[in-house]
Amino acid sequence: MYNTNNTKTMNSGKITLKLLALIAVFGFWSCSDDDDPAPIDEEETITTLTAVLAETGGSTITLQSRDLDGDGPDAPVITVSGPLAANTSYAGAITLLNETESPAENITEEIEEEDDEHQFFFATTGNINSVTYADQDDDGNPVGLSFVLTTGDAGAATITITLRHEPKKPNDGTLSDAGGETDIAQSFTLDIQ
Amino acid sequence: MRTLWVHLLVLLSANVVSAQQCDLVLSGKVLDFHDQSPLSGAVIEVTARDLYAQTDPLGSFTLKGLCPGVYELQVSHPECSTIFRVVEISEDSEIKISLEHHIEELEEVLVTGESDPNEVASQAEAVLNTETLREFSGASLGDALKRISGVNSINTGSNIVKPVIQGLYGSRVIVMNNEVRMQDMEWGEEHAPTVDINAADRVRVLKGSSALRYGSDAVGGIILMEGSLFPARDSIWGATQITGNTNGRGGTIGSEVNRTWDSGMYASVQGSYRRSGDLEAPDYLLTNTGTQQLGLSLEVGKRSFTSGWNVYYSYFDTDIAVLRSSHIGNVDDLIRSINSGEPEFIEPFSYDLAEPRQEVNHHLGKAEYFRRIEGVGKWEIQYDFQRNRRFEFDINRSSSDIGRPAIDLTLTTHTLQSFLTIDKFSGRKLEFGISGRYQDNFANPDTGVRRLIPDYDRYEAGAFGALEWELSPFWVFDGGMRLDFSRIDARKFYRTSRWNERGYQEDFGDIVVEDLGTQLLTNPVLDYTTFSVASGLSWIPDTQWTVGVNLSASQRAPNPAELFSDGLHHSAARIELGDLRIDKETSYKGAITANYNSQKLSAEVTPYYNYISDFILLEPEGVEFTIRGAFPVWNYRQTNAALLGLDVNINYEWTDMLSSQHQFSLVKGRDLDQDGPLINIPAANTRNAVQLELEELNNLRFGLESRYVFRQNETPENIIVFSPEQNQDVELEINTAPPAYHLMNFNAGLDFELSGKTTLAVNLRVQNLWNTSYRDYLNRLRYFADSPGRNWVLDLRINY
Repeated sequence: MYNTNNTKTMNSGKITLKLLALIAVFGFWSCSDDDDPAPIDEEETITTLTAVLAETGGSTITLQSRDLDGDGPDAPVITVSGPLAANTSYAGAITLLNETESPAENITEEIEEEDDEHQFFFATTGNINSVTYADQDDDGNPVGLSFVLTTGDAGAATITITLRHEPKKPNDGTLSDAGGETDIAQSFTLDIQ
Repeated sequence: MRTLWVHLLVLLSANVVSAQQCDLVLSGKVLDFHDQSPLSGAVIEVTARDLYAQTDPLGSFTLKGLCPGVYELQVSHPECSTIFRVVEISEDSEIKISLEHHIEELEEVLVTGESDPNEVASQAEAVLNTETLREFSGASLGDALKRISGVNSINTGSNIVKPVIQGLYGSRVIVMNNEVRMQDMEWGEEHAPTVDINAADRVRVLKGSSALRYGSDAVGGIILMEGSLFPARDSIWGATQITGNTNGRGGTIGSEVNRTWDSGMYASVQGSYRRSGDLEAPDYLLTNTGTQQLGLSLEVGKRSFTSGWNVYYSYFDTDIAVLRSSHIGNVDDLIRSINSGEPEFIEPFSYDLAEPRQEVNHHLGKAEYFRRIEGVGKWEIQYDFQRNRRFEFDINRSSSDIGRPAIDLTLTTHTLQSFLTIDKFSGRKLEFGISGRYQDNFANPDTGVRRLIPDYDRYEAGAFGALEWELSPFWVFDGGMRLDFSRIDARKFYRTSRWNERGYQEDFGDIVVEDLGTQLLTNPVLDYTTFSVASGLSWIPDTQWTVGVNLSASQRAPNPAELFSDGLHHSAARIELGDLRIDKETSYKGAITANYNSQKLSAEVTPYYNYISDFILLEPEGVEFTIRGAFPVWNYRQTNAALLGLDVNINYEWTDMLSSQHQFSLVKGRDLDQDGPLINIPAANTRNAVQLELEELNNLRFGLESRYVFRQNETPENIIVFSPEQNQDVELEINTAPPAYHLMNFNAGLDFELSGKTTLAVNLRVQNLWNTSYRDYLNRLRYFADSPGRNWVLDLRINY
């Protein structure tokens, strides 16, 4: 009987050893798997919105919102190159870039190609008289890559530029009616002199 | 080894035979544990002897011609799990055997069988049997589990359902599929367990963390999905089930065939397929909520008393469309959704599964072997392999990117474990086990979207020991401890701006491998050692009462989401941020289970208190600005938390035909550091059901179920965010709970005997009978749309 017991103990000992060996083998496999993963440049991000306001035969003012870290913690850097002239019409043009890629990807073209699924909205406060669309998609609905901004008397103003993806088209020109998903929503503070 | 064992046995029996008279009679009854009703057709075999008996309609059996001595009995019944019992006979004896697990009860003879090595005597355990599970053939595990008092679910719509046990979910709840711990990215709130409910014959829920065999980190509880047990006799049987439902205009078809042989060999194959289109809330269609699901499983094995092996493979593939309106751009879109009270996209019915959607497949393979070592116990060894692949497709800005996933993760896991159960000491059972695991996560860079979860390797090793001790016929003690070690070796890119914002440079500067300008490649290697102990004491004064006290302390290492999450979740318009500094959490839980079982009444009351130090939680904290506007930031943080709860379950049989069920569960969660309520704590709820069953009329049955969910009045405060659209700070009602709701469900059914062995069960069910509009606090899509309305389900099941 003692003999049997001993055999058993030895046996379970062997089994434990085998087990440990197996676990060790797993460990071994995995250690060789040390390849560094490839970095990813965010492809869906828009980092930079630039709206150039050009006075006919006159100066240009640039509004820019630039967020190089995309969804990262840094807030977008908003710049306005200078004051606008009172009671003046400006031709506006919007450019969108993804600057996390190098060279920077021009997203404006993408919006142009799929203009029936996109629309910019312009909400203003203060001394801006009007913002009107200067472009259309194939269905005759506004897009907003080109627009005309008309200033009022001298004073303060803000403009919020919103880009919606898959909005209701046509809509009544308000964000709430358009719905869809927001791709861009940036406010600029303007000084009208 | 085998011959040795046989020699030993022969020697032993010869010894017994020569010394004793062999005319003893062992008689007894086999009863259903739950209602103490007699079980007919149960087979009692004296193992290693050609001696067996079958129970009559009164559940009685008699075994004659036994010699005094110790015998091992194998008791099997088609509807119960087979159990082994050791009995010692010195004179004519009578025993009572209860089938169907649960708390061990008083026995006249000493019983040290392995009815269930993992079962914990002093702890609340709840069971869903095959019949209940098949009711949910067209739904999910999480839906079925809500039948259990104290179990809720956290949902993303109706198709992604994660179980919540006593207020805890995710990594704190272990899902065991056929003895394999599921490794399916359970950390995400929008990741449902990748299991097919149609493959399980029984689901048990252990509330609390005492079953150390499965892991130490199940602070919330353990869900055990179990397949059929196969008797050792020549037989073939199967079942086919077809379910159709009106809401979603879909259906499920499932089938299984089982074959067993006298030799103990068995084989089983099972499959199910489900397809459903857009669901419908009472007032509108829930556009893009269809689903498609395929499950397959194969099992082959051989089992005898002395040894057995088993090979199991299962494949699960699910494709789930997520409500179109839940995909939003920024915080203003979220505010708009919350205020509008109606989803933004309502389109005609469709079966299309469009973006946003998830596609997950899961391969699981297992090989298992056990051997019973005479005079020692049972030794088991098991290896399992799992591969979980998850794709998430978002609505892309550019249509050229359609079909390209935003998330593409492959999680591969190997686990090897071994257990030794020692049952040679009468009244005492010891269990030991060791396990090793290797896991690899690969995030495919082809997505063109920054990785939410990085590439990592994880190594785990664990060892445990447990003891179950019958101190006296009235007292049973159980206790155990477990030690685990885990290492995560990750390769993660951080945005330099995020790295600085978190202040990682100071604490983790040495893990930077490469500086790519705007990004840093890092190599965090994080080690965790966790230790858990559990103990329980049961008092069994008579056959009707059982009172158990359970105390446990368990530790859980943080999961990859808690450590590494880093990015924007479009589905909820939120930025989720893990933290490298997060350390393990420790749970201290005490529960009392009082259980009363009589012919008519069975009742269970479980009050519990759970204190968790360094509890890891995810909560909205602030806002970050991007060019798209503002996003709420959900941060993982650690706090001290307490959960206090009560689960009540009462079943009463009014007459032979009429029975009723009453359940109530309540849990309160507090963040002790901030002295406020915890987020995502289930609201108090009660379920009451009556069932009328006429056995003589083809089991004609009618049932009515009421489910009332109270409003969760204790939620964290809402956050204030700046809205670019409104150009001012606004309150984001992200934590406000929806109102209470009451749902009624109806069911009716009939059974037909088609031929000798073939039966047909027809069931009709109506869910949400009054077509009530409601939203649930624990549904992530509650900001966007109501839950589904009325659903008629017709269900045919043929057993053959």
